[in-house]
Amino acid sequence: MLHALAAPVWAAALSPVEQQHLLQARQMQALSFAVHIPLVCFGIAFPSMVMLVESFYVRTGDELYRTLAKRWSKVMMALFAVGVVTGTILSFEMGLLWPNFMATFGGVFGLAFGLEGFSFFLEAIFIAIYVYSWDRVSSRVHLLCGVPVVLAGFTGSLFVISVNAWMNHPGGFRIDRAGEVTHVEPWKALFGNPHLWPELTHMYLAGFIVAGFVVASAYAWGWLKGRRGRYERIALAVPLTIAALASPVQLLVGDWIARRITEDQPTKLAAMEGLGPTTRGPAIHILGWYENGEVKYGIRIPEGLSLLARHRLNATIRGLQAVASRDRPPVNVVRVAFQTMVGIGTLLALLSVLHLVTWFRRRRFVESRLFFWGVVAAGPMSLVALIAGWVTTEVGRQPWVVYGVMRTAAAVTGAGGIPVGYATLVVVYIALAFAVAWILLRLARRPLDVAAAPPPILESHGTR
Amino acid sequence: MALADVPAILILGGIAAYIVFAGADFGAGLWYLLAGPGPRGRPIRDFTYHAMAAVWEANHVWLIFVLVVTWTAYPVAFGSIMSTLAVPLFIAAVGIIMRGTAYALRSGAPPDRETEGVTGFVFGASSVLTPFALGAAIGGIASGRVPVGNAKGDLITSWLNPTSIVIGAIAVATSGYLAAVYLAGDATRERELELARAFRVRALAMGVVSGALAVVGLIVLRSDARALFDKLTSGAGLVAVLVSALAGVVTLALVWAARYEPARGSAALAVAAIIAGWGLAQRPDILPGLTVHEAAAGHSTLVALLISIAAGLVILVPSLVLLFGMVLRGRFDEGASTVAEQPAPRGTPSRPLAGLAIALLLVGAALTFLAEGVLLAIGVVLLGGFVVTGVVELLRPEAFD
Repeated sequence: MLHALAAPVWAAALSPVEQQHLLQARQMQALSFAVHIPLVCFGIAFPSMVMLVESFYVRTGDELYRTLAKRWSKVMMALFAVGVVTGTILSFEMGLLWPNFMATFGGVFGLAFGLEGFSFFLEAIFIAIYVYSWDRVSSRVHLLCGVPVVLAGFTGSLFVISVNAWMNHPGGFRIDRAGEVTHVEPWKALFGNPHLWPELTHMYLAGFIVAGFVVASAYAWGWLKGRRGRYERIALAVPLTIAALASPVQLLVGDWIARRITEDQPTKLAAMEGLGPTTRGPAIHILGWYENGEVKYGIRIPEGLSLLARHRLNATIRGLQAVASRDRPPVNVVRVAFQTMVGIGTLLALLSVLHLVTWFRRRRFVESRLFFWGVVAAGPMSLVALIAGWVTTEVGRQPWVVYGVMRTAAAVTGAGGIPVGYATLVVVYIALAFAVAWILLRLARRPLDVAAAPPPILESHGTR
Repeated sequence: MALADVPAILILGGIAAYIVFAGADFGAGLWYLLAGPGPRGRPIRDFTYHAMAAVWEANHVWLIFVLVVTWTAYPVAFGSIMSTLAVPLFIAAVGIIMRGTAYALRSGAPPDRETEGVTGFVFGASSVLTPFALGAAIGGIASGRVPVGNAKGDLITSWLNPTSIVIGAIAVATSGYLAAVYLAGDATRERELELARAFRVRALAMGVVSGALAVVGLIVLRSDARALFDKLTSGAGLVAVLVSALAGVVTLALVWAARYEPARGSAALAVAAIIAGWGLAQRPDILPGLTVHEAAAGHSTLVALLISIAAGLVILVPSLVLLFGMVLRGRFDEGASTVAEQPAPRGTPSRPLAGLAIALLLVGAALTFLAEGVLLAIGVVLLGGFVVTGVVELLRPEAFD
């Protein structure tokens, strides 16, 4: 593995330029990720929820399951369509904003996006077949058409995360004296990286947690408004139980990823915890604010960081001050994001355990309005945790685009007009958000038609 | 031909596929726009929309394919192109978002009067803007206006120049032409004879416009991009241009004769031939002063990329054939035969899974928390087993009776 901290030489295929709008370029990229990632969660998790409900129909012949699965599949298709375009923006932005990153390292990590492209293709093909072939093929064949969608959702995550893991823990290449990238081993760079597996697991589980809680949130709201029929009970129990099973597991996976970061990115860990000097047996602080090398106003837990990062007392943890200040990320952004993620994750896990125990013992929901309000809140909160997690890892990687090898400032485009592009994108995304909200409301307000004759697939052409 | 050339051929193939498949989706948006917002245009609008329904996302992925192969195989060229041509490519990207959103809006719910005007206009306008911007970007590359370097070319004239404008216009016209040919075929299959006639007229008109623009394009190239023109009018480049022209004329004749299925094939050939001609004319350079061979990534990257693409195509091609087979046989059409079935209810024996789930959780948690290496990996797999077992135990149909 290549560690530039040991060998601080960095490469650039195109000559780096002064870009006065570097921060806006970063924000533009971050905005595009923040818009796309929630949709990714639905791509990962929603197909298996829809298929689970459809499998109940196959097993029991009860039309209600099919009605629910069919309605959900329309939501799935609409969100997939939006995800297709927001994902496309990301591919464009890789080159539009960071041409030097692509020019220098495209040959190292680009392969993963090629593989991801095929995953995306398969997902697009089979999601279309699945959504448009209700009633056209037998329900077993129909269910089978969903399988590639679920598999492609997993492989797609694998390939994309392999690139992010590589950016955080680069390897599989060398840099010669002239700054040229040589000895490229793409397979090793992408899949021989120990950083990949915890990050992939963390994101994949997050997909189920976010999609589960967001869907559950909508039905919990309906429950509070008195919509408590059998249909709503199924539609709430399925996503809620899946998210509730994944949430406690996520805490354990979080511990795994924290240990990995301790190894691979000590400066990021120090920023997450606000650790200034390298310390033996450092404490951990809950809440508070990082200032002048220490956390102020936080709740101090002695030896906490030592236990968290190394699982023992008196471990030596490297602090921020081990690297020059120009090599440190903005500490409070990373730290607040990290605490937000962990805080919300813990609350979600508690809510989950409450639901799992009650559901296991009595096959009913916790009988308290407060619980349903908790589920309503869990949807947006899980989204906040998701974004906070990505802020932790991506801002925590700064000032590097490729950790320790290439600075973000060296990767950026020399083209002007970034603020114009940024403003345009903000407007477009606001319109997109309204559009998505509108679509979901329209889909939700369509009347149920249980056990009717199979309705036409496309209702959208009136005169034909 | 060396290994370094293969990705370039795949990129050209990807561009051709994108034009043939997704270009037609953009063209459908053009006809949507031209049909106008009033009630008279409604049958055209509804039909164009419906014809794209199942396939546009898959068609769109060809663009992603082109991007990723370019950045993996020719990273320096990719960085140079994206930075200099930032403006048209950003316009294309925004056009793609607006189009996808407007599309999703309409499929999410049937249009009513107040929403159709706005979404329809956004959908139609972005369907014209995007192919124009992409065509203009290609024009910038083909006319040698994209130098190697980080935004080294002119941000405006690299894509607002005679060659770019004419190629952008050809891209819009070709999209409309392809769309009209396909839609005429779809309408015939669905026995919408009036619509089929309407699209036939549009196909013939747009075919003539495309042909005329192609001639104008050659004249413009002669003065604006002489090197490219010379290579397109001699040797292999000329052969490609002639094949494309011939295929274009054959397509027109087939549309005239209302033989839309073979017309799909000849139209695709016309597109593929001109894209091949561009590649042949630009050979050996990818950008001015940078040959394809110099631009290529290292051997190991190219081999890994080609292995991945080969493996990907093995899965992709049958899947695409399945999808298009279903679409073209009308399996997704309204009124297509439906399967009526009533699956027999089957009793599912209850299994004592709860104990297993808890055991998986405890052992998995211990290994994940305490172990390293292989044991840790086993711990994570056990935790995954906990989630799956938990779902099977807790979410059974009996729980909802």
